[in-house]
Amino acid sequence: MSSKDTRASRIWQLFLTFMKIGGFTFGGGYAMIPLIQKETVEVKKWITDDDILEIIAIAESTPGPIAINSATFVGYRTAGVLGSMAATLGVVLPSFVIITLISFVLTQFQELKAVQYAFFGIRAGVLALIVKAFWTMYKKCPKGIVSYIVWVFAFICSAFTGINVMVVIVCSALFGLVTTLVNKRRLDKK
Amino acid sequence: MIFFELFYTFFLIGAFTFGGGYAMLPLIQAEVERKGWLPSEQIVNFIAVSESTPGPFAINIATYVGNQMGMKEFGSVFAGIIGAVCATLGVVLPSFIVILIVAKCYEAFKSSTAVKGAMSGLKPAAIGLIGAAVYKIGVTVFFPNGFTAAVFTGAPFYISLALFAVMAFLTFKIKLHPIIIICISAVVGIAAGFLLDLPV
Repeated sequence: MSSKDTRASRIWQLFLTFMKIGGFTFGGGYAMIPLIQKETVEVKKWITDDDILEIIAIAESTPGPIAINSATFVGYRTAGVLGSMAATLGVVLPSFVIITLISFVLTQFQELKAVQYAFFGIRAGVLALIVKAFWTMYKKCPKGIVSYIVWVFAFICSAFTGINVMVVIVCSALFGLVTTLVNKRRLDKK
Repeated sequence: MIFFELFYTFFLIGAFTFGGGYAMLPLIQAEVERKGWLPSEQIVNFIAVSESTPGPFAINIATYVGNQMGMKEFGSVFAGIIGAVCATLGVVLPSFIVILIVAKCYEAFKSSTAVKGAMSGLKPAAIGLIGAAVYKIGVTVFFPNGFTAAVFTGAPFYISLALFAVMAFLTFKIKLHPIIIICISAVVGIAAGFLLDLPV
């Protein structure tokens, strides 16, 4: 960082650093955490390792992608609201530019026979990748009767009925909330 | 107005997605399907594109759907870019606002029973929803024209099945990188397509 650590220079650095993070992580999500840790804790010393753990905990229990959650959080801690805007804009920009370009190219070439055959094969490969992603998440999920009920409920509603996914999410949150409160009351009584 | 609809739809998707990675996929499938925006194959194709380019899936897919819808509606590159801006802004905004609030009162948030309780329902819900997304992608891959007996007499079904089995083995056991999985699948798809002259 420059010798003058003004707020304006910090905001600019936040933008550049998160642009680098957004432009060099494939897969997104948790794949981004090690790079965020290296850039913001080790290189820039804006936050500490404890803050990184805090960010992961917050990202897990707030809506939206982890990349945006952590960019906003680090930006805010480092340089306030403007910092959070700069970091978020930075992390989004590389994806935005690359996908916009690819989107136009895909539209031009998607009628080609070779491209259609390629995607025919790719779709089977993507299914394997998604099954893997599902399995990784499943292993991390807390086990227990409440969990099993909710996940079977959510699966059936979303796979076989026309029930709005957002309604399913709200019901699951309420069910979790009620069972937690009931359990707490039972423990308090003992 | 398509631009407002893109913003609004992706704002909702962003607000209702908990957890990283593909947690957003079931919501995207549901909304894009309900509105008839893109065919389900195109979403599955795009997962491969997103895996092979940098950046989070959420931003990539928002930009892509915004772009496609803007271009479809007005037939110009510029409208595509405006659509992409609207969808991306929509998907980012809920996280951005919530994090700013949480950053100010982290201690209260962390020890809140309400948050813990809601999360104990949201985590398994995400698993169930992603399971449903996997199921829907399976239907798209193996039964692109619906469940009919004719599917089992055609070559595409068996090629997809074999390719899926081999790729599942390579990603679970050999732990190959997703980009390599996608490249192999593309080569096999092209070779099988031209050799057997599959219908497109």
